Amino acid sequence: MLNSEQVHKVALLARLQLTETEESQFAQQLSGILDYVELLNELDVDGVAPTTRAIDVSNVVRADRVKLWEGREDLLDCAPDRDGEFYRVPKIGSSEG
Amino acid sequence: MASIREQHQQIVTKARSAQEITQEALDRISAVDGQLNSFLLVTGEQALAQAKAIDAKVAAGEEIGLLAGIPIAIKDNLCTQGIPTTCASKMLQNFIPPYESTVTAKLKAAGMVTVGKTNMDEFAMGGSTETSAFGKTANPWNLACVPGGSSGGSAAAVSAMECTVSLGSDTGGSIRQPAAFCGIVGLKPTYGLVSRFGLVAFASSLDQIGPFGRSVEDCAILLGAIAGYDAKDSTSLNVEVPDYTKALVPDLKGKKIGIITETMGDGLDSTVAAATHAAIEQFKALGAEVIEISCPRFRYGIAAYYIIAPSEASANLARYDGVKYGTRVENPENLLDMYNRTRAANFGPEVKRRIMIGTYALSSGYYDAYYLRAQKVRTLIKQDFEAAFEKVDVLISPTAPGAAFKLGEKTADPLSMYLNDLMTIPVNLAGLPALSLPCGFDAAGMPIGLQIIGNVLREEQMLQVAYAYEQATEWHKKSPTL
Repeated sequence: MLNSEQVHKVALLARLQLTETEESQFAQQLSGILDYVELLNELDVDGVAPTTRAIDVSNVVRADRVKLWEGREDLLDCAPDRDGEFYRVPKIGSSEG
Repeated sequence: MASIREQHQQIVTKARSAQEITQEALDRISAVDGQLNSFLLVTGEQALAQAKAIDAKVAAGEEIGLLAGIPIAIKDNLCTQGIPTTCASKMLQNFIPPYESTVTAKLKAAGMVTVGKTNMDEFAMGGSTETSAFGKTANPWNLACVPGGSSGGSAAAVSAMECTVSLGSDTGGSIRQPAAFCGIVGLKPTYGLVSRFGLVAFASSLDQIGPFGRSVEDCAILLGAIAGYDAKDSTSLNVEVPDYTKALVPDLKGKKIGIITETMGDGLDSTVAAATHAAIEQFKALGAEVIEISCPRFRYGIAAYYIIAPSEASANLARYDGVKYGTRVENPENLLDMYNRTRAANFGPEVKRRIMIGTYALSSGYYDAYYLRAQKVRTLIKQDFEAAFEKVDVLISPTAPGAAFKLGEKTADPLSMYLNDLMTIPVNLAGLPALSLPCGFDAAGMPIGLQIIGNVLREEQMLQVAYAYEQATEWHKKSPTL
């Protein structure tokens, strides 16, 4: 059902650089899983509301007040490449956008 | 190894110190974990320091709580401040959380002693603990078998007496199935009963944290300690937490139990079927009325789950991009190259597979056919449960179609691994509480689990039924010879 080319496209969306071996393997495995999922088409879901929450909770909101996170330094320290209060990343431009 | 209540008695009567109890657990870990690999990290020094503090309180004549000084193991997807939390993934190999999860903060406040962080399937994706980036965990009953998953380390550790109790997380059966495979009790609470603040997210509409123990009582006590409203989790339910131990009454007169017809059909191991039938007879002997209940849409659970869970996972795992935490590849050419190669190099095959399914299901043109349809089927599955609970107090089924399988047996075929979650997945889709407890052994001597499912927030009913069964049987008294 899925070919390697489609898998390549999905991998790009998922930000995963797959090898050719992985692409052909995933084409096969994902097709198998999607075939199985076809089972869902047996059921008539016309007029059925989709579940959006396992257990209904009305909207939860908190007061819109600024609160400083005490461990700010520790959070920044988790970064692979920290520069003061910034995260450093490589250049953003590329042919693929 | 003793129960929570026995260990508590030993500590307060000074028959044994908390340090001795902790040392017993650490010695056991040293002795058997080379074979099991239940633990990714053992925090012995910190554990002994925590135990020492409890002993000091006892010596000073201070009152201590039931859980003070009790050794516990924590699944490695729960953030522990200053202690590595890897999710068994190379992506988080060097991640040291700058904050504490709500559940572990509660356990700390209760004086529990954390002996270590347990192995799991990578990002909790798997049913055998074989997708861990840091080695497989073995089943204490037979080292050639899997402990189940994804919370396999937490289950094996309790079964092998490396700790008194442990915490796991359950998205499609990840507490109940390993509990069944390892011959212990494992409980997934109602969605929203336990705060998930600090639990590394997999599938947010399904994930719940819950306890493992060698008895129903130990699980009930631990559940009471972790349950409760938390403003830091927007799905947290603002409800009163009862004393679950009060529900532990060994009498089922007037209780109505439904056995789910669809779980007793094709593909069920004959010894599992026999153990389940024997359990039904036991429930009747205890005074319960047992009836067959059909949940016709139950069998669509796996298909719905393998759209919904990967879809949510693909969104949740987008955060691992090499910028704010986790790891990053060397010398990226540009931003996109950094994302693509960091994720390719540090996620394992199962995680990649699920991200791919989810990305595909959510991609333009496929959303209605997959994700939306799966969420509608989820509604139908919930309706089946709602109708069932009009008639009965709890539902029962086998926890898994068979006992623990061999290491490597299902790794080549992802779908065969997924199908093993047939009985547990619909429960997560409906947000219901459920537990697994021992109900027999298969021909090879591997434990079999019985699943008891409660209605929304009716943990007490479920625990009562489990407790009555446990007190009337001997299964839970058996332990692996390791």
